[in-house]
Amino acid sequence: MRHAAQVVCLVVAAACAHTAWAAQPAAPRAAIPGGTFATILPPAEKLKEATVRAFQMDRRTVSNADFARFVADRPEWRRDRVAPIFADAGYLRHWPNATTPGENLAAQPATQVSWFAAKAYCEARGARLPTWYEWEFVAAASATVPDARDDPQWRQAILEWYARPASATLPDSGSTAPNFYGVRDVHGVVWEWVLDLGSMMVSADNREQGDPDEKRFCGSGALTMEQKDNYAMLMRIATLSSMQANYTSGTMGFRCVTGPEPRP
Amino acid sequence: MKNWIAISAALLLVACGQQAATTSAPAETGGSRSGDFGPPQGEPVKAVLTSPPLVPPPTGRTAPAKVIVELEVQEVEREIAEGVKYTFWTFGGTVPGSFIRVRQGDTVEFHLKNHPGSKMPHNIDLHGVTGPGGGAASSFTAPGHATQFTFKALNQGIYVYHCATAPVGMHVANGMYGLILVEPPEGLAPVDHEFYVMQGDFYTVGKYREKGVQAFDMQKAIDENPTYVLFNGAETALTGPNSLKAKTGQRIRLFVGNGGPNLVSSFHVIGEIFDKVQPEGGTHPQENVQTTLIPAGGAAIVEFHTEVPGNYIMVDHSIFRAFNKGALAIMEVSGDARADIYSGKQADESYLSDKVGDLAPVAAAAEAKAAGKLTKEQQIAAGGALFKGTCSVCHQDSGQGIPDVFPPLAKSDYLLKDPKHAIDVALNGLTGKVTVNGKTYNSVMPPMSQLNDDEIANILTYVLNSWGNDGGAISKEDVQKVRANTKRAEGAAH
Repeated sequence: MRHAAQVVCLVVAAACAHTAWAAQPAAPRAAIPGGTFATILPPAEKLKEATVRAFQMDRRTVSNADFARFVADRPEWRRDRVAPIFADAGYLRHWPNATTPGENLAAQPATQVSWFAAKAYCEARGARLPTWYEWEFVAAASATVPDARDDPQWRQAILEWYARPASATLPDSGSTAPNFYGVRDVHGVVWEWVLDLGSMMVSADNREQGDPDEKRFCGSGALTMEQKDNYAMLMRIATLSSMQANYTSGTMGFRCVTGPEPRP
Repeated sequence: MKNWIAISAALLLVACGQQAATTSAPAETGGSRSGDFGPPQGEPVKAVLTSPPLVPPPTGRTAPAKVIVELEVQEVEREIAEGVKYTFWTFGGTVPGSFIRVRQGDTVEFHLKNHPGSKMPHNIDLHGVTGPGGGAASSFTAPGHATQFTFKALNQGIYVYHCATAPVGMHVANGMYGLILVEPPEGLAPVDHEFYVMQGDFYTVGKYREKGVQAFDMQKAIDENPTYVLFNGAETALTGPNSLKAKTGQRIRLFVGNGGPNLVSSFHVIGEIFDKVQPEGGTHPQENVQTTLIPAGGAAIVEFHTEVPGNYIMVDHSIFRAFNKGALAIMEVSGDARADIYSGKQADESYLSDKVGDLAPVAAAAEAKAAGKLTKEQQIAAGGALFKGTCSVCHQDSGQGIPDVFPPLAKSDYLLKDPKHAIDVALNGLTGKVTVNGKTYNSVMPPMSQLNDDEIANILTYVLNSWGNDGGAISKEDVQKVRANTKRAEGAAH
């Protein structure tokens, strides 16, 4: 019923001024204090810690219903209008039509969304995508402690996600338990886009970045990554590094943050 | 100084033995330096891919071709053992992945497709590729995407391919490996059957055969402590109705790979000797081999000829893996018996070593039972003869046992309060503390299940009527009942 109501609102909203949705306030975000932590992706040789400044993060992933409001407000992001350089053929392909996700998908995380589209969504909300370090900082938390990464049980619980085939229906956005910061869905639901994807993924003509194959396969990955037994994070990075900014996937979603622009 | 003399001696030997060496050493193939037969000729060929245990037919080509391989990565949930499900990551939907067959000198255009339903990115490192990463970097493929790269197959042999996306160990542990055969230019000698068998080790959170959906256990994988060691990705992949089938008088060729990720395989076929093995997939064969070592990330070609019909069991001869972790496959060979080569069992007689007594009463009792005329006296006589051979070593001829070690049977309150319980003890053994006539014993009696129902009935009847015990009788039927209701311990059948 709730979903049906949302869909009706959407149709109405589409007819209204395009800025109405963008002007609506976002749900209160979780305050993340920031700090310095041991990262799996060292920022430089012999520098194993990264620092993030305080920021605010969406408490759940962006849902299909959320994304439909964006598409209604910015029709250039409809799947039948999007420029091919911004989104591949899979973009929003799972929706029954170009404007609505349908009742079954409405509450699920928005997937089949390219990095460009996710970035545009967050910007339309006056926000941005989180950086990898921001995301990793939040993802280190369990329900009770800010850094649970050395807890083997917590790690194993994350790995269980991979025991479920991807074809299984996604849980609703916001339906998993909140972590230490009150942020939900960090693990066990979808992968998430990060703002600095380009520094994890080496594009074909980025010749000044040294070996373009770095991190793309086993050898270099095993050498450059810290915490080699943190398989859950290794897989995040492997997945993100396989994605180009126009790629979409049925298990790649996103959320937004606000806060100081990341340092270059 | 001594070394120097040895070296000079060796040099002299080399000089003298040069003639002999050139005639006996096998000719070198020249490896990749001799594997380029020029540009591909004719129309491109689409490679036939097969699921295990099948192998594509010989290429039959005599000139280098352009071969197109299209392989799809799929993440699938499927049974790893009866009632146990596991999410495998696969090349082509199976573990091991599709078998690829090309000819040395072929130019292979490789298309890797990652199914849109995949969670993970994947790639492929083919050990038969000459070039950095074996294709891994060039084939890194996000879910719902496809990549392409091309290589020339310069070296002949049987090669493993596998996924090399981080974390590599997990991708391999989930089943991402297979074999590619690069035929020598002249092809392989014809045989009657070619089969594709590949070992792998698997790590689940639950114990061996624990039912339900089982997740990957990272710590067990790092500790190299597998829950399962399997041929072709499932405990039942090559047993029962899925057994490999052949006839007597046939030449069999197995392409045997080992995906790992951790274990090295001691591959052995029980009851066969490999006439020929190409160890490690190399070119020059070894002959008359019992067990061949297959490294993780390696493969071998083994050949044998079938003579005698029956079931031939393939195992990793690190043998607990075979009987307690699943590394077991069966080849059923049908045909006429060859008693001149292998007779089958020709005799099975009691052998009682120095305890041999007069077993005439045993035979008499068995006959009387069959005729329905068995008396208690006959049972006691037969049981007494058998007791001497089997039981008296511990419980002693006097039935007194050995103080503090083996409990007495004579006037034993433990025995006499429930004589039927003795059947269970005889069949299944008894371990741990028991109190007999007020004294505690803590030792082990092994199961005596090798004794037949007649024998156990007679022994127990003898025990119940000796050394002042107050009588009673156990029948063959009593024993049958207990045996039928007894679950054999896991693995006991082996």
